[in-house]
Amino acid sequence: QLDFWINPSAPALPVDVRIPAVSVQPVKAFLESQGIEYSILIEDLQDVLDKEKQDMAESAQRERSTSFDFGSYHTLDDIYAELDHLASEYSFVEKIQIGESYEKRPLYALKFSTGGSGRPAIWLDAGIHSREWVTQASALWIANQIASGYGTDSFITSLLDKMDLFLLPVANPDGFVYTHTSNRMWRKTRSKNPGSVCYGVDPNRNWDAGFGGPGASSKPCSDSYHGPSANSEVEVKSVADFITNHGNFKAFLTLHSYSQLLMYPYGYKCTRPDDYAELESLGRAAANAIKSVYGTTFQVGPICSTIYQASGGSIDWAYDQGIKYSFAFELRDTGRYGFLLPATQIVPAATETWMGLRRIMEHV
Amino acid sequence: DIKDVGHKYYLELTLEDVLDKDSTVNCTAEVLYYLGNKNMAPDVQFTLEGELKSTEEADHVFYTRIRNLEKELVAENIPDSHGHVPPELEPLHLLAWVASGYLVWQNSTENTQLQLAQIKHVKQVRRSDEYLQFDYVVLLHEMVSQEIIPWEMTVLWHPRDGVQVTRASRQPGH
Repeated sequence: QLDFWINPSAPALPVDVRIPAVSVQPVKAFLESQGIEYSILIEDLQDVLDKEKQDMAESAQRERSTSFDFGSYHTLDDIYAELDHLASEYSFVEKIQIGESYEKRPLYALKFSTGGSGRPAIWLDAGIHSREWVTQASALWIANQIASGYGTDSFITSLLDKMDLFLLPVANPDGFVYTHTSNRMWRKTRSKNPGSVCYGVDPNRNWDAGFGGPGASSKPCSDSYHGPSANSEVEVKSVADFITNHGNFKAFLTLHSYSQLLMYPYGYKCTRPDDYAELESLGRAAANAIKSVYGTTFQVGPICSTIYQASGGSIDWAYDQGIKYSFAFELRDTGRYGFLLPATQIVPAATETWMGLRRIMEHV
Repeated sequence: DIKDVGHKYYLELTLEDVLDKDSTVNCTAEVLYYLGNKNMAPDVQFTLEGELKSTEEADHVFYTRIRNLEKELVAENIPDSHGHVPPELEPLHLLAWVASGYLVWQNSTENTQLQLAQIKHVKQVRRSDEYLQFDYVVLLHEMVSQEIIPWEMTVLWHPRDGVQVTRASRQPGH
């Protein structure tokens, strides 16, 4: 039961030992009976440990109150405040408004650009399905990673020196607010469906790619309701118009959860895209990059055969627009916590996802 | 493909202890999905190649703790919105997970993929016999349709007899 912190080694050298409370008296008695001198260095070790724990919590608290805690979940207002902060701290980061949601919330994205005009660009969005909280949280971490890495990280620096990056961390702000205020499991937009008591359209069935086909529901109460027509949801139309008007996007990347999958087109049909071989190989490379961080395995493949047939999806639309490198990620986990991924896993999930995204961006 | 009966799948899988990732057991299984009749649960036969770890001590601790509670246990939203489960409620979370496995089995077809998404509400119901009873409302997530389906279920548990779901009823949508 005695725990030696300095072991006996040679005569006349001191020995330090931790004694469990119940043994203190007997040990003292023994030492005295043997004529061994002792002094008490720490009266109550538990006290010391408790104080240390408290100190650590307080200092973590202080740290959190001055800078954004990427390891916890935030409200829309806090996320938008952090976008302002990043834009103000870095000259090459700009907050732009892509459009407005149904309930009139701004759709804010970050534009990363070190110059040029009409440079080829990469698109990254998160949170199109509002309950997938690890995605909005990861997008913030990734934004910070890219912003703070310019000038120090050679990949980020060379990437931004030739391309622009657009990051929309909350693609469905109305749904996101609803998951905070009313229903944590809300997925869709919050548009009113005429003639129905049910709200919302699945924004990832609303794109103009095989719209209304298999894998989407025509019922407003369904969580995969495709909506009355393609781009009926302002959240979807705003992004589609932005990308079309920009005209020079080379990659379209979107984050979802959960299932740990890395997918490329098509979802609306089960036939292979023309660039199947290249996308499959790049997907595998990205999945290996993800795995190299914590061993997390992502399955790779086209949407239709990997998850299910689903029409009206964003990466199918992007691919058919000519944006070859269109990938959808489904982040952690595989069902133990599902949508309710513990906050402690945000940074690990973001870190590994970033390695996958990087691998794709390197190739673009 | 079994003519006029259904589709049979032959599986080789590895079971991993959620609480101890290094503890694994191999398993083979045959799953038969019946044609047509949507009210029949798939038939499952399985063989474990090895033994599952004994949880006798932890079971006993949990059983004794719940039996000795002054007031019946009541809790909601496990995990909470942030994925957090208070440590003392983790056994109830695991119990719900096992019990909802029964619901998943009873309600699965070749075109569904059901998972426990969250415990909305759990209430302990004291019994005069030796069993622990928990009345749960759980949310199941169906991956293909993406629907969230509330289910009420009554779960009995005893260290000796394991888990039983004695009553289950699906609720209207969320």
